[in-house]
Amino acid sequence: MSRIDAAFGRMREERRVGLVTYVTAGDPALARTADILRALDRAGADVIEVGVPFSDPLADGPVIQRACERALAGGATLDRILEVIREARPSVRAPIVLFSYANPIYRMGFATFAARAAAAGVDGLLTLDIPVEEAGPIRAALLDHGLDPIYLLSPTTTPARARQAGELGRGFLYLISRAGVTGARDSLAAGLPAMAARVREASRLPLAVGFGLSRPEHVRAVADVADAAVVGSALVSVIADAGDTPDLVPRVEHYVRWLRGDGTGGGLPGGPGGDTLQEREC
Amino acid sequence: MNATLPITGPVFGRRDPDSRGYFGPYGGRFAPETLMAPLDELRDAYFALRDDEAFRAELVGLLTTFAGRPTPLYEARRLTAEAGGARIFLKREDLTHTGAHKINNALGQALLAARMGKSRVVAETGAGQHGVATAAACALLGLQCEVYMGADDMARQALNVVRMRLLGATVTRVLAGSRTLKDAINEAMRDWVTNIATTHYLLGSVLGPHPYPLMVREFQSVIGAEARLQFEAAAGGAPDAVVASVGGGSNAMGIFDAFIEMTGVRLVGVEAGGTGPELGRHAARFAGGSPGIFQGTHTAVLQGTDGNIAGTHSISAGLDYAAVGPEHAWLRETGRAEYVSASDAEALDAFSALSRLEGILPALESAHAVAWARRLATQMGPGRRILVNLSGRGDKDVQTATQQLGIEEE
Ligand SMILES: Cc1ncc(COP(=O)(O)O)c(C=O)c1O
Repeated sequence: MSRIDAAFGRMREERRVGLVTYVTAGDPALARTADILRALDRAGADVIEVGVPFSDPLADGPVIQRACERALAGGATLDRILEVIREARPSVRAPIVLFSYANPIYRMGFATFAARAAAAGVDGLLTLDIPVEEAGPIRAALLDHGLDPIYLLSPTTTPARARQAGELGRGFLYLISRAGVTGARDSLAAGLPAMAARVREASRLPLAVGFGLSRPEHVRAVADVADAAVVGSALVSVIADAGDTPDLVPRVEHYVRWLRGDGTGGGLPGGPGGDTLQEREC
Repeated sequence: MNATLPITGPVFGRRDPDSRGYFGPYGGRFAPETLMAPLDELRDAYFALRDDEAFRAELVGLLTTFAGRPTPLYEARRLTAEAGGARIFLKREDLTHTGAHKINNALGQALLAARMGKSRVVAETGAGQHGVATAAACALLGLQCEVYMGADDMARQALNVVRMRLLGATVTRVLAGSRTLKDAINEAMRDWVTNIATTHYLLGSVLGPHPYPLMVREFQSVIGAEARLQFEAAAGGAPDAVVASVGGGSNAMGIFDAFIEMTGVRLVGVEAGGTGPELGRHAARFAGGSPGIFQGTHTAVLQGTDGNIAGTHSISAGLDYAAVGPEHAWLRETGRAEYVSASDAEALDAFSALSRLEGILPALESAHAVAWARRLATQMGPGRRILVNLSGRGDKDVQTATQQLGIEEE
């Protein structure tokens, strides 16, 4: 059983909604990424998504765009990110899923990437711009090395496409809750329950819901329709606000505990819980 | 020579990619999931409409009465004399309404968008010519229009920014990344993915996911269809070489299309050589790039060893882009077309030469093709004939040219 299957198995046993957290590797600095991964794990993230920064993140909103810029300016490459994951892996219990655009992985070579990622302790890969139609070559390389290929579904996904993703995917399916780019929002998309129900009909893989989530009530609301909630841009904003300071790790940890409904029951001063988390539209 | 020319139109269904949008190993659809069903819809609508007589008649009507087609073929005798070799003929896309070949595609896609029931169009633009063409087509058809443009390009193509606004379009400045064409495409895609129900993305070159490379080439194929007939009428037979600038590659695909089957005709694409061969100083994807997956397609890309997209430079905003249309990558791999580059300085020199010798101010993009044609004419020698796609006019570039050429203010 893969580490991802085990994580979703645990959520079911414990009858609770899971929390998937996204961070951009190398933001605020590559030297802090291992500490951030450990903090997410300690705070109880069920799955950790590690974003590979890309020069042209066309599916991302401003918050993750800025994170990519900071990470690339600091020299974060796929090569070095795999190195950091390899170092952090022994002290992180949660499965680690890489979240990437196609080109860094294509450039490294699908087979080389899969071998190196598996050796580093990566559990799965989600590529934003490799839809199921184009998935063949990379999927074969991932499966060869025991990595889970994970597919995205969206409000525009037809039932036939959802079934295809369900057949090709492993680990879980990731449902984008609204058509658009990444970025925190005030409320969940209205059509979410119906969408999630359609995906449930198409596949028995566990389902995670993301795009726009930022608050514990969003996570709780997802419990009614899916297995796990993904929080990305809002967490990246917490990291951006903390910056490369001693405060960084405690704030990340605190925010994740808050999302899970643990501990203080509120955000940190100047941390999550209001306008600072809203996407700044350009 | 135009008076006797039958009105031709774009050529559809001649060389489709495979069902997944591949030209050999290049092309495909590497798009975010949210765009996949809309891309299917777009492909199906396009395939239905390109076989629809009424649609084709409406498009040819607009190309004629609105865009001013057919554009003339003109023999540049003084430029020929200066080069001292092969005769140089210019296909005058600079004489279309809005001033570049971009209007051929903008009209086709805007009509398609209207037929699909879309009320809004988004587009990217580099030189601003595609933005102006799109703004004009949207005004004509009553569609709302938003054009994304890199901040650096807005500064160097200021005239076109004003033209777009006068035509009723919203021009949105893009501050991300290199602030040029690729960043404008990212932003247009972000808009499209957010507003998919109402909006058509009117992509301006033979780039992006299937069906765009095919569709844009077919809308531009009217250039080659006319030029081939005109050339035969004016000079007899076919040209020895066809030369075009290659940004994304739409004006080149448009004129190459008619000659691809005539294997005796050399097809030459001219990329931006910029200021030197180092990564970041040019936009010569075939000289300095490697296969990559970028903005929806598998093609030749300028990139770093880590797979991030490299910075580019060209004096011409329309050629200043890190990837090239996938069909060009295939034409190069099969050896059917050859790709070369002209530097900023060579393009500027050609800009001046054409202005002074022929009374034609070319777009800096087109000046790259003229630069190579001068060289090729000398090489090939008398008795040969070269057809150049003069893709656009240079009004937008007078500011850059004035600065670069050091022309005094009187
Ligand atoms: C006049 C002109 N020529 C050429 C180009 C390059 O584009 P393409 O290679 O698609 O023809 C542009 C793009 O802006 C242009 O405005």
